[in-house]
Amino acid sequence: MNWDWSAVADFMPRFWDGLLVTLQVLVLGSLISFSLGLVWAAAFRAPSRFVRWPVHVVTEFIRTTPLLVQLFFLFFVLPEWGVQFSALTTGTLAIGLHYSTYTAQVYRAGIDAVPAGQWEAATALSLPAHRTWFAVILPQALRRIAPALGNYVIAMLKDTPLLAGISVLELLQQSRLESASTFQYTEPLTVVGVAFVLIAYPASLFVRSLERRLVK
Amino acid sequence: MTAGLWQNWVLPGIWITLQLLVYSAALAAVVAFGVGMARTHRSLFVRFLAGAYTEIFRGTSALILMFWLFFVVPPLLGWQLVPMWAAVLALGLSYGAYGAEIVRGALNSVPKAQTEAGVALSFTPWQRMRLVVLPQAVPEMIPSFCNLLVELLKGTALVSLLGVGDVSFAAYLVRLATQESAQIYSVILVIYFVIAFVITRSMKALERKTKANLGVAVR
Repeated sequence: MNWDWSAVADFMPRFWDGLLVTLQVLVLGSLISFSLGLVWAAAFRAPSRFVRWPVHVVTEFIRTTPLLVQLFFLFFVLPEWGVQFSALTTGTLAIGLHYSTYTAQVYRAGIDAVPAGQWEAATALSLPAHRTWFAVILPQALRRIAPALGNYVIAMLKDTPLLAGISVLELLQQSRLESASTFQYTEPLTVVGVAFVLIAYPASLFVRSLERRLVK
Repeated sequence: MTAGLWQNWVLPGIWITLQLLVYSAALAAVVAFGVGMARTHRSLFVRFLAGAYTEIFRGTSALILMFWLFFVVPPLLGWQLVPMWAAVLALGLSYGAYGAEIVRGALNSVPKAQTEAGVALSFTPWQRMRLVVLPQAVPEMIPSFCNLLVELLKGTALVSLLGVGDVSFAAYLVRLATQESAQIYSVILVIYFVIAFVITRSMKALERKTKANLGVAVR
């Protein structure tokens, strides 16, 4: 095996740039998926089935179709409709939208796990809907939800390389550019692969310890 | 979309996607059962190896693994690996690691007393696994495996980045030929949704059948 350390050293500037973009996508994508997921979850509990049913169909559709194809859909179709975003924005939106359908299920399970008596108590106190949600239900649900959301952040991290498909300069795309200019594939791809394990493994240990502490 | 586009690209693309799904699901199932059972093995060393495999393959992205298996491994070993098989290997090894966790969870959910009953009947460890533990664990695994199969179906779209002519790659070709994206990508998304729907329904039917069979056996 001919491993070339100088190729690793040459790749490092690109690697740090890519890591920064990957983390940026991860943070913004998580924020989008956490907030949009909550909107879906609230819509699942809407009194009218004319709201619940379309939301179920849309989220199920997004959840069962590939993120890569959704990414291409947004990237190529939005400009046809007159909406122009950069590749990075489109990628972040796609990842946030895709994972919001997963986080919605997490919120739903967490909210369902809050005892019915808590809803009844809020009704008995005549709390308005927003106070019932933000002061009673969500603080209790979040304890159960936090570890599962953490798992989806890790899953999102592992899906960020898909953004290379629309030329976002994240880790995989940086390694592809490096390989295209040096014809060395082994070192950049291995460094990127190892980086993912090095980030994902401690993160999954942290989520597991969070689970042990919060869900008892 | 014209009939020619369907015939030349989309239908062959669907066929390749289904082939990819079947081959990588078969490999993932073998890996999942092998590694999952190894994670409940008596030997600490075997458990450690299986645990390391799971963490490494769950920790990295399937797409990076696919690139690595295509661009890095074959030149090192002096092989020629066609993109299709690099993709099947990457998907099978990666999703097998997720499957291993499902198998481990299901095996651990079988009460200890069942294994002890097997010991009392002087069954060998393999007989205990085959005759006592697995028949009870498998129905528990089916719903999670259904989700994993849908995830694997979505994962097959990654192969288009290696130029394998699956249904996502067909969308790329049709887009180049027609200069029109909305229609083809909508059609492709619906195709994935329909395949996922068929998988979910079939797995539900299989689950009902397996549980009913087990019920008969128990009675």
